[in-house]
Amino acid sequence: MAIAVFVIFVALILAISAYTSRKAATVGGYFVANSSVPWGVNGIAFAGGYLSVASFLGIAGLIAFFGYDGFLYSIGFLAGWIVALFVIAEPMKRMGTFTFSDALNRNFSRPGIQLAAGLSVLVVSLFYLVPQMVGAGVLVEPLLGIPHFWGVIIVGTVVIVLVAGGGMTSTTYVQFFNGGLLLTFAAVLTIAVLVRGVDTAERPTEEGVAGLESYHFDEIPFEMVEGRPVADLRGAQTTARHAVVDRNTGDETSVFYRVSHLVEATPVDQGTFTANVKGRTARFDQSRAARDGWTMEEHDGHTYVRVAEWFLVVDATGSRGTLVETQSRTTRANGSILVNGAPESGANRPRQMGGIAEIPADLGSRTGPVGPLRLLAVLSDRSTTVLRPRSVAFTSTDGDAVTIFYEERVAGSTFMRPGLMFPLEAREGEPAVTTLLNRLNFISLMLALFLGTSALPHILIRYYTVPSAEAARKSTIVAIGGIGLFYILTMYLGVGALASGAINPETSNMSAPLLARSFGEVLFAIISGIAFTTVLATVSGLIMAASGAVAHDLMGNLLRREVSDHAKVLAGRIVAVIVGVIGIVLGILFRGMNVSFLVGWAFAVAASANLPALVLMLFWKRTTGTGIIASILVGIIASVGLILLSPDMWARYGLDPATAPMPINQPGIVSIPLSFIVLVVVSLATRQRDATPA
Amino acid sequence: MSSQPADHEQAFEKRKSGIGVRMTLIYSVIYAGFVILSVFRPESMGARAVLGLNLAVTYGLGLIVIAIVFALVYNHLCRVPPTGGGRKREGA
Repeated sequence: MAIAVFVIFVALILAISAYTSRKAATVGGYFVANSSVPWGVNGIAFAGGYLSVASFLGIAGLIAFFGYDGFLYSIGFLAGWIVALFVIAEPMKRMGTFTFSDALNRNFSRPGIQLAAGLSVLVVSLFYLVPQMVGAGVLVEPLLGIPHFWGVIIVGTVVIVLVAGGGMTSTTYVQFFNGGLLLTFAAVLTIAVLVRGVDTAERPTEEGVAGLESYHFDEIPFEMVEGRPVADLRGAQTTARHAVVDRNTGDETSVFYRVSHLVEATPVDQGTFTANVKGRTARFDQSRAARDGWTMEEHDGHTYVRVAEWFLVVDATGSRGTLVETQSRTTRANGSILVNGAPESGANRPRQMGGIAEIPADLGSRTGPVGPLRLLAVLSDRSTTVLRPRSVAFTSTDGDAVTIFYEERVAGSTFMRPGLMFPLEAREGEPAVTTLLNRLNFISLMLALFLGTSALPHILIRYYTVPSAEAARKSTIVAIGGIGLFYILTMYLGVGALASGAINPETSNMSAPLLARSFGEVLFAIISGIAFTTVLATVSGLIMAASGAVAHDLMGNLLRREVSDHAKVLAGRIVAVIVGVIGIVLGILFRGMNVSFLVGWAFAVAASANLPALVLMLFWKRTTGTGIIASILVGIIASVGLILLSPDMWARYGLDPATAPMPINQPGIVSIPLSFIVLVVVSLATRQRDATPA
Repeated sequence: MSSQPADHEQAFEKRKSGIGVRMTLIYSVIYAGFVILSVFRPESMGARAVLGLNLAVTYGLGLIVIAIVFALVYNHLCRVPPTGGGRKREGA
């Protein structure tokens, strides 16, 4: 059904593109939809273009995994619209025609301003484009069952047809369509979550039960004997240990043991057996068993296979404690992959997890239908305990690449306040400098989100699709209303996914679709389809912005001659195809890269490169053209440069993140003030030279 | 076209800009308060605030609701015609 809904949505989008393509023949039609989009439509289109997969799937997933810290993105993403409305919207419309460089250059007539602004649009658009395309591929694999690269190619191709064919008009109506769908179905899903309420019941563990198939984590008491846990499992042998060590304090925060035990095998025919491992039937023979590291043993006339699982130690007191089962994925040196001890297959993959272990005693085991504030109050309560999914990846002593997925019991009062993703509190034994850097990183991110929104290229171009500054203001207000409502709903999508045990431990991005699946296949199919239109809407806006930057800002200035309207439209279409193809290639190359990760950086680059120039051009009379050019270029170089020198990038280069020259990941706290300072200093230094008014 | 309406329009734009800057500054202070509290007093964000909600949820939802309210108030202030003038429309 997901495929059918996807095909219907794509057909609708292509129909919109075909219908609007005739309006895209002129420069005004292609680049700014003839500035004739009604403000209400433009406002919802703002929302449809701005709410990317990072907002829709990313934030819901982060809330499900990290609680309140995921919601911090919602707050930052929305707060940035205040700057857009109060400072940027109306002046941008009054001063520009096609792109924001028109507004920047209005008082200066310097080709360099348009070149720098065009370059900035290209850089930010690409930063933003890559995660969207990666997100498209990530969605396709589990939802449609086709490979990652096909997802990227399908989305890229549809967007190229959409933008190159229908220009800004089709982009606007696709974003409007997407914005309406997002708001409607996020509300529907939230109402469903509120009606379901919260309960502490264990989720169904059998396949096919309402689409919810969870993992049951067995708990087994143990006693330490000669340094190894001895547990009541048939033929148990402890074969490996892994401890998670706090880098700052040196404490072991979690300890895991690999314990092998015997599972009875049933002969099916000569030399072939089946064994039921955690509800999954594995069929094997001697050679297959050897390949997967299983050993076969005979006891009391029965045949057994020795299966290894990882267990987490909890409640350890003295020599006793409890081993809690985990889920795991193990890649052996010979390439065979085991999931939860058995060979990986279509049926045997990591299963859904997460849930609520305890709620306040006066509520019993379930709340029943609850109001929106009551739900959050129950989850925030000190006596509520949530089971949040966690994972740890390492190489075992025998060379296996292991990822363990386990549930961490966290008090609701901790889950619903900052701290699980951004470690802001000073911990015992932690060096003061580490605490300081963690805090600076957080401040830097929140600064970039606040200042970046109004400087994003695909937001800035939408001020030119409406007829007047008043319409620009009103459409921004509609956007704030729609986006604000949506971000409030993300909280319910995130906590709803956790409370429903609808979490794929391998990817947080699937939390919202899996939550929808817990309510039935129809809602799942619709939410999955909306996820695709979300990618299409955001990517089309980005490609449109890049297309305008090249055709309007860069081409004329680089060719140093007047370019005809027809040539501009043709160039816009060609650039849309080229940028779309680049997006497809990067989306395939960057597979596996975290979606929200890159989006946060795109905000930092936009805030550093564009915002200082926009704000000071409007509010500081001494601003010069040279100052604007210097500020944009320094903003781009500083933000991108600091990103490339950050600990996260150091880890991606295969280096020790602790040795990265830039000690924090978020560049905004350095690059945004630097860009402001450069603009002021250069403007003061070039005031005489640039004094001649245009 | 006389210069009076143009002056009037300019004054109105200046007034709107002033309102916008002031509202941005007020919101920035509220937002900064949230960030500072999260960074330097994270434990206080777990304290009960209103309707059983903790301070983190109350403040976070509040920031979103305040943004929407500010937007509506700003729009209302921008609609109020300056003395003697009608509601104006700016050209593209």
